[in-house]
Amino acid sequence: MKNSGFDRIKAEQKPKKLLALVVNWLQAIFDLIWRWLSNLARPIGLLGPAGIWLLLLMVLPMLLITELSLVPGLKPGQPIAGYGLLNYLRILEPTYLQVLQRSATFATGTTLLCLLLGFPVAYWLALMAPKRWRNLLLVLFILPLWTSSLLRTYAWITLLRSSGVINLVLGALGLPTQSLMNTPWAVYIGMTYSFLPYMVLILYASLERLDLKLLEAAADLGANPQIAFWRVTVPQTLPGIAAGCLLVFVTSLGDFVVPTLLGGPSSMTISRLIYNQFLGVARNWGFGSALSMVLILMVSLAIALLLKYGDRNPEIYS
Amino acid sequence: MKPAVAANTNHQNRRPSWQALLTILMYSFMYIPIIILGVYSFNESRYGAIWKGFSLTWYRKLMGDERLFFALGDSLKIALCAVAISSILGTLMAVGLSKYRFPGKSLYVGISYLPLIIPDIAIAVATLVFLASVAIPLSLWTAIAAHMVFCLAYIAIVVSSRLQGLDPNLEEAALDLGATPTQALLKVLIPQLTPAILSGCLLAFVLSMDDLLISSFTAGGANPLPIEIFSRVKTGIKPDINALSVLLILASGLIAALSEYFRCKSDRI
Repeated sequence: MKNSGFDRIKAEQKPKKLLALVVNWLQAIFDLIWRWLSNLARPIGLLGPAGIWLLLLMVLPMLLITELSLVPGLKPGQPIAGYGLLNYLRILEPTYLQVLQRSATFATGTTLLCLLLGFPVAYWLALMAPKRWRNLLLVLFILPLWTSSLLRTYAWITLLRSSGVINLVLGALGLPTQSLMNTPWAVYIGMTYSFLPYMVLILYASLERLDLKLLEAAADLGANPQIAFWRVTVPQTLPGIAAGCLLVFVTSLGDFVVPTLLGGPSSMTISRLIYNQFLGVARNWGFGSALSMVLILMVSLAIALLLKYGDRNPEIYS
Repeated sequence: MKPAVAANTNHQNRRPSWQALLTILMYSFMYIPIIILGVYSFNESRYGAIWKGFSLTWYRKLMGDERLFFALGDSLKIALCAVAISSILGTLMAVGLSKYRFPGKSLYVGISYLPLIIPDIAIAVATLVFLASVAIPLSLWTAIAAHMVFCLAYIAIVVSSRLQGLDPNLEEAALDLGATPTQALLKVLIPQLTPAILSGCLLAFVLSMDDLLISSFTAGGANPLPIEIFSRVKTGIKPDINALSVLLILASGLIAALSEYFRCKSDRI
């Protein structure tokens, strides 16, 4: 286009030359803007739709509950009367602090149980299992994740309730029956059952990349297997351990289904409390929003800890 | 060549290691509840764990349960719509993030992780508050909109991880050979990404079908399956839910197999 314009300029007589030059320039500028716009259109076209959606239904709602958490005693449909920190102060009451503490204890206990039970499984799968079966065995272990978490929790009711399978077996063996349903134990069992596959999956990925030469070197240098395990294997898989613990901790902290179905009324956790503020009898949106903010804060704290301590150089000992 | 490891293997051959024993124990831990659920779905007795004989009563009762079928229909509508739209938005987002640098990109990426990090209950509550504040009545559509948020986040993650392993030269070659950028995207990049997109969709579909909290807060009059199941099992054991569980577990096994197939295919390309 530019060339043809240029040719035209040379061919035309003098008075028309200026006009042609202006047209040419305008064309060039228009061309530039068009190219700039179409360069911009592509990223906006790719990133815009999802971005708008996340902005509307993720960021804006989060900002809204931040605002609502500062409105004391807000009932649905009420106008906002005034702001204050009363909702947050209310969380500090012993009843609610106990709920927070219980949630944190459940999450911590579940994380430890998953690590203790999951590490040997991941270790065996990644390093000791027959090589050609490894993938299949791993898929089999995490297969339950594909089924409904609600139904997997429900399955434990069949086992744990007073007339359930566990008590049937205990009774048949002449052992005293246990009342496990609606106790913290049931919550630990249910949560560990629900989240163990995540832990194994992440630890497996970490152990699979373990540099076996380092273990040989440790053995050559006279370390017995135990020492080699604690000084070589564990430090090398520390990022995986941290990531697995974080995932299990965060998921179990916000879990609603297991404490509700297996824990009974005595296992009130933060997510159940939030649920009650919105859909249950309490109906206090302001307080519920403040509790949600605290839950988000706890999760963010866990993530910040991981970023600070979990991401150590895995080759620290090499 | 590998004395330590070789010695170790010999040791294992003689006697199973405690890790192997514990692994077997953990596999039983994972599967016994599901198997027992399956076995009891054929139990004649309604109450208690005592076996009263084989029967298909509960499956028959399930087939006549219209409410459950409507609930399944609602769930499928929500999941299919949310996944269908998210597959496009999520893929575009992953491609965009892999191609462009722009100010605020890390913020964008951070926001895209929020649906995966923030607990469901907080997301559900926040979405409800948002919908109430803009006075949108709750319905199947609001549930779809809310599900799309986490669906597109998961699909984008799966697609992104696949994009990292792709050969950028192929797309450049297409551009050099005269393809427009849109052609290069549709004819070169998307076919390479298809297995990853499909496996991301399956993951999102399963998560959407499984979701209880976000639907509880956003679905209004609609009654997806998890809400229906939850309201029934809250009060105790329901043998027809045992039967339903068996069918749903079989279905999810099928989906898992499908997903594994796509993953293998994705790795091979």
